Amino acid sequence: MGFFDLFRTPKPKSASVAKERLQVIVTRERAHRSGPDYLPKLHQDILAVIRKYVQVGDDAVQMNLEREGNREILELNIILPEKG
Amino acid sequence: MARVVVITSGKGGVGKTTTAAAIATGLAMRGHKTAVIDFDVGLRNLDLIMGCERRVVYDFVNVINGDANLRQALIKDKRADNLFILPASQTRDKDALTTEGVEKVLTELAEEFEYIVCDSPAGIERGALMAAYFADEAIVVTNPEVSSVRDSDRMLGILSSKTRKAEQGEGAIPARLLLTRYSPARVDKGEMLSVEDVQEILSIDLLGVIPESQAVLNASNSGVPVVHEDGSEAGQAYLDAVARFLGEDRPHRFLVNEKKGFFGRLFGG
Repeated sequence: MGFFDLFRTPKPKSASVAKERLQVIVTRERAHRSGPDYLPKLHQDILAVIRKYVQVGDDAVQMNLEREGNREILELNIILPEKG
Repeated sequence: MARVVVITSGKGGVGKTTTAAAIATGLAMRGHKTAVIDFDVGLRNLDLIMGCERRVVYDFVNVINGDANLRQALIKDKRADNLFILPASQTRDKDALTTEGVEKVLTELAEEFEYIVCDSPAGIERGALMAAYFADEAIVVTNPEVSSVRDSDRMLGILSSKTRKAEQGEGAIPARLLLTRYSPARVDKGEMLSVEDVQEILSIDLLGVIPESQAVLNASNSGVPVVHEDGSEAGQAYLDAVARFLGEDRPHRFLVNEKKGFFGRLFGG
């Protein structure tokens, strides 16, 4: 180890990296599976409809399902490309 | 009224069969009449871990198909009274496990046994789903390692929706975490997820922590469930887990790295 290495911030321990990565992926996968089975298909269909009119990328449609008591709210965000 | 317990994990190789053998043997040693069933159709392994591989005549699928009755297929354990093993078949036909067939066998077992331990295969295919479907509760076996924790979370999702109880509107069956191959020394060094980390991510109750131990391989080498090695840490940790399973309050052991000091090294050996 060189002299200047003493001043570097230590590399994060692999266990804390593991924990962080797991928290992210597990949260995402839980959100996905708690929704109804048709959500991925619905997502694809909405994307196809939009593409009839304007070319957008796969991430142009973002869907988010939220629960409030007995209600489920499907939030839909469609990002159109900038006019070029 | 028999209680059906599934030993599951999603990921393979984390210690499901070792755990099924240890928990079933532990329950039997505590005086409870217990049957342990291998649901890994096609890849029979519980018989090897239990040391009864040469006594298998009929199997689970034979009973489902009516080729043999339950009494003919159940193998009485050599070491523990009260313990019987129902081996998996080696047929490659995964559809052999029908819902009706499994239900029939479990119902018949329930007349005679207090606990029915279902050793699930890895994955989330038919065998794993069938092992979990009729369960009253689950033990989720997890290694402190990213893919195992992720798969366990996936399995918890399945347990909350794809069991008979869930389908009948009774909600998720209780599931508890059994963390295996734990190494406190590596946790101290920041190289391994701690038991608190895993519990925080999965947010389920902890049934037990089994330390990484040579005794587990020794036990499977010789076909003697590790709870018989009561001098080993892994054996003791499993016996603790069995006691907690039965409702006893036992402190968790083997969670801290026993650093030997100078005198410890000098005199402790």
